[in-house]
Amino acid sequence: MKERSLIDKLHEVQNGSKENYISKSEALKVSKRSKTPLAEIYGVLTFYTLFSEKPRGKHIIRVCRSLSCHMADANKIIGKLKETLGINVGETTFDKEFTLEESSCLGMCSVSPALMIDDIPFGNVEIDEIPEIIKKVKGGEL
Amino acid sequence: MKIYRTHVLVAEDNKSLLKGAKEIEELFIKEIKEFGLENEVFITPTGSLGFEDVGIAIAVYPEGIVYAPVEKRDVKEIVKEHFLKGRVIERLAKTFLKGEVQISSTKAEQIFATQTRIVLRNVGLINPESIDDYIGRDGYTALEKSIESGPEWVIDELKKSELKGRGGAGFPSGRKLEFTAKASDPVKYIICNADEGEPGTFKDREIMEGDPHSLIEGMIIAAFSTRASYGYIYIRGEYDLSISRLEKAINDARSYGLLGENILGSGFNFDIEIKKGAGAYICGEETALIESIEGKRGEPRKKPPYPPTCGLWGKPTVINNVETLVNIPPIIENGADWYKKFGVAGSYGTKVFSLMGDLNWKGIIEVPFGTPLSYIIDEIGGGVKEGKRLKGVILGGVSGSLITPEQLDTPVDFNSLATIEAGPGSGAIIAFDEDRCIVDVAKNIAYFFRHESCGKCTPCRVGTEQIYEIIEWITKGEGRISDLDTLEKLGDDLKLTSFCGLGQTAPNIVVQSLAKFTTEWIEHIKEKKCRAGVCQMTLEEVKNG
Repeated sequence: MKERSLIDKLHEVQNGSKENYISKSEALKVSKRSKTPLAEIYGVLTFYTLFSEKPRGKHIIRVCRSLSCHMADANKIIGKLKETLGINVGETTFDKEFTLEESSCLGMCSVSPALMIDDIPFGNVEIDEIPEIIKKVKGGEL
Repeated sequence: MKIYRTHVLVAEDNKSLLKGAKEIEELFIKEIKEFGLENEVFITPTGSLGFEDVGIAIAVYPEGIVYAPVEKRDVKEIVKEHFLKGRVIERLAKTFLKGEVQISSTKAEQIFATQTRIVLRNVGLINPESIDDYIGRDGYTALEKSIESGPEWVIDELKKSELKGRGGAGFPSGRKLEFTAKASDPVKYIICNADEGEPGTFKDREIMEGDPHSLIEGMIIAAFSTRASYGYIYIRGEYDLSISRLEKAINDARSYGLLGENILGSGFNFDIEIKKGAGAYICGEETALIESIEGKRGEPRKKPPYPPTCGLWGKPTVINNVETLVNIPPIIENGADWYKKFGVAGSYGTKVFSLMGDLNWKGIIEVPFGTPLSYIIDEIGGGVKEGKRLKGVILGGVSGSLITPEQLDTPVDFNSLATIEAGPGSGAIIAFDEDRCIVDVAKNIAYFFRHESCGKCTPCRVGTEQIYEIIEWITKGEGRISDLDTLEKLGDDLKLTSFCGLGQTAPNIVVQSLAKFTTEWIEHIKEKKCRAGVCQMTLEEVKNG
């Protein structure tokens, strides 16, 4: 009880990383410290979508693409984000500010389409407000 | 305790906070002082009021008026006109739902009046971050009563109430607790499944954000009845506000002696820890969830043995959904006979639903079991938007069932729904109008399962991929008529041979739509026509439909 599981440890490593990911050297450290084979660590880390083994941007944008958001044109939101950021889903901007990801469901269906940037939720997102949101997050206003 | 003439509740959930609900609250406090009303009007934050679409909402009691959306510039006017002079500001009480539909303030009350609130009894009425607020609404009296009456009495009462699990399977909760209570192991666990990942479902989030103590109390009572010494709340990593409110609730309960050692002088020791998930739908499956708490990949275990006898770290473990646990305190407090006044035989009590899709009103609702689906759609949901016709309803989330308008009068309870091969499932109700493309809906659902299959068993890992690919061909105009048979066959294979519930239910909506909307599928294939104009029917279409 009260002992940290491998998932808890990986959360900690990732939260402590400036690039929002778990590097191989960090994974090796966890492996040594907890006497867990590296393969097992990668088994867990690649299983869960909140973990990344690739460096990511300072901010993670997660767009919900559940059925309710899909019905509220989540595709267009993703399209506008791609256009604004100049990247595809799964990629990071050149200035390492943003990584664009999809989420299976953010649990914000009543305010669809929804997205989250880091831990800030955005509901009833309108395409036109996306450049403004991006600007604000980048400027540290949100 | 001070008595106030007027109580003002500011809805502060994760969305309204973003829109500046906290600033509105502070502004109200400032204005109240300005007008010298601080001894008459009480301002307090609360959870969601159920009006999710409207920005910042406040409720004024005893009048029961809801103002939404409230902007900064409105605050002074509300204080001056309503709180000082007692005049309701019709202008602000009227425009809900972004002006699409005009709902009067009395309609706002009607929405609550159409519901029966047991689970949501405190949501939108108390400050979720105040344990005293919860205690003021008779909170933790059910725990006292449980300790006085003993664990056997608790289990008997829950068995008598015929409370069924609200996570989807509907297993009798009292019996589940009894299994674990009878297990002889000195170490036992209780887990609350708050990994609400079913697309279209967000009821547990509203419960946890709006009334976290009712969940804590339900868990302590369940633990007491089984003599479990430690509890985990396994919650989605995305639910930040729920996590922080639950953490505060746990700490407050501990400092009040309601958690920890020798709870209320009973000699019973119990504590709760929050385990944050890392994003995997499969972890809603109870044994996959257990694996995840242990820090492993969330892959389901072979059953039997079942968790009540062999669960977390091989110990007897009882797992319940948030909503199930929140039902426990009112049952204990008021008795099983009281509880059975709600609902119908076989499904007593109420059910919380997440209502969404092409409806005039979306949000979280609670109704007694046995309420017809048509009542939920038309009376509570205000019918289909823009006066369109209803095409279908997805009930119980994307692993649930597809209901046609002809089946809409079916009462929502376990037995009635079983007659149309459906169930309340996770409590998601997604309505869609006549202009939606059923193939596109099926494709979105197939995409979801393809991504969320954990990969442990072949039928699900390969089958969900194939189902998606075939539907994708069809939406590009490359389908063949034989594909429909293949989809049906794949559906059967997944249902019969998948290792766990995920794979077994993944093809549900796809297969049901083949039978219920056959012509539309055939049109896509034979005429390369999408009547809704959603499917592009060209090769260039990007792959994220």
